[in-house]
Amino acid sequence: MKYHCEDTIAAISTPVGAGGIGIIRISGDLAIEKANKIFRVINKRATEKDTVARMSSHTIKYGNIIDPNTGEYIDECLLSVMKGPHSYTKEDIVEINCHGGYAVMRKILSILFKMDIRPAEPGEFTKRAFLNGRIDLSKAEAVMDIINAKTEASRKTAVMQLSGRLTKEISNIREKLRLCLAEIEVALDYPEYEMEEDTGSSAMKLLTEIQKILADLSDTFYQGRILKDGVKISIAGIPNVGKSSLLNLLSGYDRAIVTDIEGTTRDTIEESIEYDGIPIILTDTAGLRKTADLVEKIGVDRSYDAIKNSDIVIFMADISEKTRAIQSQKLLEEIKDKFENKIIITVLNKCDIEAADTAEIFSKDSVKISVKEETGIKLLLEKIKELLKIESIEGNQTVITSERHKLLLDRASNALKKAQESYSNNLPLDCISYDIWECGKFLGEITGESIEDDVMETIFSKFCLGK
Amino acid sequence: MGVHFEDYDVAVIGAGHAGCEAALAAAGLGFKTVIFGVNIDSVANMACNPSIGGTAKGQLVREIDAMGGAMGKVADKTAIQTKLLNKAKGPAVYSPRAQIDRRRYQSEMKHVLELEKNIDLKQAEIVKILTEMGEDGIPKVTGVVTHLGAEYGCKCAIACTGTYLKGKVIIGEYSYSSGPDGHFPANALSGCLADLGFTIIRLKTGTPPRVNRQSVDLSKTEPQMGDDMPFSFSFDEDAPQNEQLPCYLTHTNQRTHDIIKANLHRSPLYNGMIEGVGPRYCPSIEDKIMRFADKERHQLFIEPMGSDTEEMYVQGMSSSLPEDVQCDFIHSIEGLEKASIMRPAYAIEYDAIDARQLKLSLESRIVDGLFCAGQINGSSGYEEAAAQGLMAGINAARKLQGKEPIVIDRSEGYIGVLIDDLVTRGTREPYRMMTSRAEYRLVLRQDNADSRLTPKGYEAGLISEERYGKFKEKMENIRLEIERLNSTFVAPGAKINELLESVGSASLKGSCSLADLLRRPEISYNMLRKYEAEQNSDSIPKELSFREAEQVEISVKYEGYIKRQEMQINQFRKLEKKRLPVPFDYKKVTNICLEAREKLTKIQPESVGQASRITGVSPADITALMIFLSSQENNPEGAE
Repeated sequence: MKYHCEDTIAAISTPVGAGGIGIIRISGDLAIEKANKIFRVINKRATEKDTVARMSSHTIKYGNIIDPNTGEYIDECLLSVMKGPHSYTKEDIVEINCHGGYAVMRKILSILFKMDIRPAEPGEFTKRAFLNGRIDLSKAEAVMDIINAKTEASRKTAVMQLSGRLTKEISNIREKLRLCLAEIEVALDYPEYEMEEDTGSSAMKLLTEIQKILADLSDTFYQGRILKDGVKISIAGIPNVGKSSLLNLLSGYDRAIVTDIEGTTRDTIEESIEYDGIPIILTDTAGLRKTADLVEKIGVDRSYDAIKNSDIVIFMADISEKTRAIQSQKLLEEIKDKFENKIIITVLNKCDIEAADTAEIFSKDSVKISVKEETGIKLLLEKIKELLKIESIEGNQTVITSERHKLLLDRASNALKKAQESYSNNLPLDCISYDIWECGKFLGEITGESIEDDVMETIFSKFCLGK
Repeated sequence: MGVHFEDYDVAVIGAGHAGCEAALAAAGLGFKTVIFGVNIDSVANMACNPSIGGTAKGQLVREIDAMGGAMGKVADKTAIQTKLLNKAKGPAVYSPRAQIDRRRYQSEMKHVLELEKNIDLKQAEIVKILTEMGEDGIPKVTGVVTHLGAEYGCKCAIACTGTYLKGKVIIGEYSYSSGPDGHFPANALSGCLADLGFTIIRLKTGTPPRVNRQSVDLSKTEPQMGDDMPFSFSFDEDAPQNEQLPCYLTHTNQRTHDIIKANLHRSPLYNGMIEGVGPRYCPSIEDKIMRFADKERHQLFIEPMGSDTEEMYVQGMSSSLPEDVQCDFIHSIEGLEKASIMRPAYAIEYDAIDARQLKLSLESRIVDGLFCAGQINGSSGYEEAAAQGLMAGINAARKLQGKEPIVIDRSEGYIGVLIDDLVTRGTREPYRMMTSRAEYRLVLRQDNADSRLTPKGYEAGLISEERYGKFKEKMENIRLEIERLNSTFVAPGAKINELLESVGSASLKGSCSLADLLRRPEISYNMLRKYEAEQNSDSIPKELSFREAEQVEISVKYEGYIKRQEMQINQFRKLEKKRLPVPFDYKKVTNICLEAREKLTKIQPESVGQASRITGVSPADITALMIFLSSQENNPEGAE
């Protein structure tokens, strides 16, 4: 396996199509040499010596980008040079701030790619920053998350992690563990001295406290995952209750085809929306009914899959007609039986033309809406937010978003559980001390402080596979 | 210049605990060895406490014995009280300790040296190590010179200088050039070591006063007895039935503390006279009182120095206060009101080297053929010294045999932890072994030191065929018994439940293996054997020795933890196996931070694992280093 790529990479490092200025970043040994070939300084007093190659590190110059093969003028730009190791990747970096047009940037890149520079893979600059020892593992993961952040909220979480909050939190816990260990170790290494009577019990108290912190931190993963990957919500119900219309309304445009004909939606349709910083992946499902139509049947099966895979189900009923409402209620009970423990929000649509005595069929906490009149939608969204128990991430809470972090936190917490078990089973202090040590080791793996070979391998494989 | 005397294979400088083991190992492996002591009445002198072993140190002694060293056997012969410490705190920290008859220990060890046909024991101070420039540009040891100008040729030298190098004793306002216990210091050699390129550091240690038993009112103290069950450090011999003399426990009190506080300005530690760095874990009484001001009293153990002397050692009372203050505070202590001080407490400063200039074999990287062991490397304690002496002796011999050195790693023994810590991290204060320094201590137990290290001792050549045969037999007995415990099942019945109930253990519902029963905290191996004997007297397997039973019991009882630790060790070994080229130009690795590069260049670690333990080298540096190495492997021509 090759860990280090000595080649030079380049990519557009600003979002495509956004803003008036775009930045192209080049990193690697050839960055300066190649940039030199395409850049001409614009300055009245500019001389032959005013070249990229002669620029000092961390300076910026104004000039033109010229295609060296044709001499063609491409764009005017600002070019900055950051020499390794004092750069983000610890390699030589050149950044070209040019006009944001996609075509211009593609053109510049294509010139670079003809000169032994290859396109960077997503996250590759960060990968290099990590591999070259510029940032620790937890920070590298955070940068990856920022790159892949789907929403403002998940970007914020990632930024928090980058600022080292998780690292800080973990090292606080590790400090507590060290205190606890020190107490036990001194009793082990100085047996002839009178120590506090109950070395074990006071240490155990501290351990219980630490375990709670670990468990709480691990629990933020659910929230963290939702912030990062989005909450999956499926809209289910009998045919033609307005599921697709709700999806369209929520996503703001006509994504799904809406007709009055039952069974129009034959397949599940996914749409990402964002509400108050929470990414939501909505799945519209085919109306659930027994059907002879083979295609529709497949659709119905998929609907059940979608329900199974979602965090929340919006069950939609039509309360404009009593018989259809009763039909819906039956299906709702079926779904409840089939998917125990699934969070289900019952939504009663068409409340603008509500039939008498229909809404009462459903439980009181159902949400009444009218997709047509666009009423009750805000209520529904608030209800979703309430069910997710997402607190404002502006608060002081550290939220974990990585599966690896959760796994390690759980292992650390388990190690402490073992310590407590062993203590109550009268196992000696040296064993208990091992559990505590192991807990610390797992925590160290989160921040990359313990160098265990397997961790290294995991990291290498993770980063080398690319995304 | 000097007159050339004999030529030796190995010259050992210093005849303390490190020197004796070094000489015996080199000689035992067939090399003609000379050992020099400033005063050969002080061979293996116990200049401080009259005891061997204790936490982590006891493990070291057992390891020394498992490798074929001498300390354990000599201690067994001369013990006047034995005790297994930490019996309630777990098998990893069970720590044997023995009070020793100090004089008998010395003469016994001296006699062992005298009897070894490959050893010449000589009284002389070595003032110079002779070298000549080798072809590789590294000076090579060729001999040593005594203070009388006698030159002895040697191929390897092992410096075990203890606290003798520029030794300076300090008591209150008085200080004078001296070795320990009133012996001459060795003032010339550290200059020679500095000239050879060693970084010299200054360390400090201290020792408490000795008092005459006749003047002590022991009735006011608490006697501390040894264990009833005899114990031996050596795996090779049965536990001797030594006499068991008590130690006595007393305490300091408010008046003691007041006296010390009132005289603190006269302490060289506080008035700046002492420049050497002292050990934090073994503080002087004035240190303890100042640092732990809220503690009302401190423990003192009064220990016998031997069976034919009235001299007693006051453990916990190490001090460098003036003699008159010492008299005052000693007399403030219960039982010691009229104590006659035979020798005052003193602090001693001495020169040591920066052990980071050594390889893991304990050979220096700057002088070919020069090994260093013991306090010269910054360690403290007889056991730590002996362990290094043994390894230096073995590796000097291996060098002469043209073989790779034997290096014990951190997962194989405390010896490995000790040497790795000293050589990789260095030390700024005298380094004492502690069990908490050993990350794999559940595996590094005193009971299994032989299973860990006797094969290595055999490989080195210090374990006889006969002893190795016995060792293998023992391992086989243990293996078979563990197998038997795992495969023998007990059905629930009145008899077994009666036994379980009697020790407060839950009664048996279904059938259960003997091993599972043994894993219950309330059940001991002996209980099971007794139960089995009562059950059916015909098919009882043969009785195990105490040592065998001990290993069986611990291996089974703590199997879960031991297995987890072994997994940990497998991880550790992977990084240890990633060898680094030595010497290696770390300037080529551009992506490591400056501090790490300097440290790596200086220490020249032998594996990635060792590199990762250097202070100042971060995981990020290790990652960068590994990336560099793998890119070189993939692209060898890229290496200039």
